[in-house]
Amino acid sequence: MAQDRKIKIIVAKPGLDGHDRGAKLLARIFAEAGMEVVYTGLRQTPEMIVETAIQEDADVVGLSSLSGVHMYFFPRVVQLLKEKGLDDVLVVGGGIIPSEDVPELKKAGVAEIFGPGTPTAKIVEFIKNNVRKRD
Amino acid sequence: MFDDKALERIRAGKENWEKNTLTKTLSKAPERKAVFTSISGTPVQRLYTPLDVQNLDYERDLGYPGQFPFTRGVQPTMYRGRYWTMRQYAGFGNARESNARYRYLLEQGQTGLSVAFDLPTQAGYDSDHPLSMGEVGKVGVAIDSLDDMKILFDGIPLDKVTTSMTINAPATVLLAMYLAIAEEQGVPFDKVGGTVQNDILKEIICRGQYIFPPKPSMRLTVDLIEYCFKHVPRWNTISISGYHIREAGSTAAQEMAFTIADGIAYVQACVDRGLAVDSFAPRLSFFFNAFTNVLEEVAKFRAGRRVWARIMKERFGAKNPRSMMMRYHVQTGGVTLTAQQPLNNIVRVALQAYAAALGGCQSLHTNSYDEALCLPTQEAVTVALRTQQIVAEESGATDTIDPLAGSYFVEAMTDKIEADIEEYIKKIDAMGGTLAAIEQGYIQKEIQDSAYRFQKEIESGDRVYVGINKYTMEEPEPTNLLKVDMKLGEIEAAKLKKLRAERDQATWKAALDRLREVSRSEENVMPAVIDAVKARATIGEICDVWREIFGEYRPKEFV
Repeated sequence: MAQDRKIKIIVAKPGLDGHDRGAKLLARIFAEAGMEVVYTGLRQTPEMIVETAIQEDADVVGLSSLSGVHMYFFPRVVQLLKEKGLDDVLVVGGGIIPSEDVPELKKAGVAEIFGPGTPTAKIVEFIKNNVRKRD
Repeated sequence: MFDDKALERIRAGKENWEKNTLTKTLSKAPERKAVFTSISGTPVQRLYTPLDVQNLDYERDLGYPGQFPFTRGVQPTMYRGRYWTMRQYAGFGNARESNARYRYLLEQGQTGLSVAFDLPTQAGYDSDHPLSMGEVGKVGVAIDSLDDMKILFDGIPLDKVTTSMTINAPATVLLAMYLAIAEEQGVPFDKVGGTVQNDILKEIICRGQYIFPPKPSMRLTVDLIEYCFKHVPRWNTISISGYHIREAGSTAAQEMAFTIADGIAYVQACVDRGLAVDSFAPRLSFFFNAFTNVLEEVAKFRAGRRVWARIMKERFGAKNPRSMMMRYHVQTGGVTLTAQQPLNNIVRVALQAYAAALGGCQSLHTNSYDEALCLPTQEAVTVALRTQQIVAEESGATDTIDPLAGSYFVEAMTDKIEADIEEYIKKIDAMGGTLAAIEQGYIQKEIQDSAYRFQKEIESGDRVYVGINKYTMEEPEPTNLLKVDMKLGEIEAAKLKKLRAERDQATWKAALDRLREVSRSEENVMPAVIDAVKARATIGEICDVWREIFGEYRPKEFV
């Protein structure tokens, strides 16, 4: 990645869940780590999130869910990104996600899931190491 | 509490102790840390003495239980009379499944119900709405119509059990359903007891389950309060909630301060409606969090009662002591639970429940140890209920009133939190009141800054979090997690289709037309909402009427 272009990340809350402490905290951590951050706000549909990713030319989409809807929403976002030809956008997720769901989410194309208690530095590092290279 | 001579002797004694005893020890063995702070970041001194509480005036600041300023509790005998209400928040899947869980909890000795609704219900959408996809029955029970509500309370006598409903933006609709069921059971409205959360301001600040803009939202809140004080006198019309403010990252003092600021806004709105303060204020109640730092929590509760009593008396001119009482429900801190080594959460919850008991709560929900992983399983719910039963019946905390009063530390901390609350209230008043402070993002920003500070403390290791940054270990994958059937949405949608086809169309249409008319006027909406739910209008249809008239709230995001 060229020095002058920052990693651009969309932080999104899919569904009706209003618990956004983690999403807002990470938005701040990502900005401090030198990324350009767009926080979507609450009640996003997969379509809205993907639309934002297109408009913002995002490198990463970070999804946060604490209400148990991840199995519905996360794969849908990946699928819609693919349909729009954005298959090199890195999708990561976090929240209250049982570990037994993780393999299926990864199979669906979510690059990594970060559960409760994950050090934020680990999330930043993962994104920096796995984001697409471009100039 | 102490005369000047005694204080002088204590001061001299302390200096002597520091010089001759402490210095020697410190030179041989330094303390664990340079600075000690509470979980909220408040500095904690090495030692508290009468010097730290020398301005404490027993009669002015503490008084007696059941008397102004209620620092020592709102009832004259507290738990020597009876324990707090044990009210476990529960609900998942559909009405039938949740009804079974409620009956189980009542059989196990729970004394009140607490209903968790799913997110579509909380956001005023029917189960077949596109935005409900994937959400139906997930974090609470799905309620679309009066028929669901009837199943939910099947076999539960509404004159014997009180029910707390965690519902905010559409609180009027769920209360209307509850009242309609009471009517069917033959229970008169003046025998119906319970609570609706009905706190829209904290939804806007931090929990996100809003529907309408602040002004019409406040109108619905006040309509409910006004209706109940006239017709449902035992109903707690609002539960002004700091719980979610704390979950979102606030400190203990911020939790209390912002909740009281919201309370001031509600009382003012009711007064502006023309209601006499003593007519509605006795039915206001509060809802707080309890974290693991026991003594700080106790101080928070005591400070909150004192500040609220003074505000009601001095700012609003309340005359009835009941208007000045801060009565509250406590839930232990959901956000304090860890997915790592989940059984440790049982210990955290026990300490938090102990804090709630020492602090003088009126009702309590203890969280289940598996909640950082999934919805609670029946085993975890049982342990959680047993935890508060052990605190109540074995710990001895309930045998005397406000047992920590007079502790130099607890009194100094109570004073400190009181001062912090007053500072915030002053700032918010200067900004033009609570709504203005929320619109400017001030309250949200303060909470986010505290969340950020806490996260940094954890990550730097400054603050120990067992299982997260100390004493970590490899763990097997958790098993036996509770899962909600993804098919539930389809089942509920089919039920709705049937309901819409079978209800009396003319009655239904007339009820919604009437609701539309009343909502456009300044008349109280409650009677029209009750008629609408009886005519089998769904929660989505009723909220759609209001979306059309009031519009939908789209907040500015402050990150």
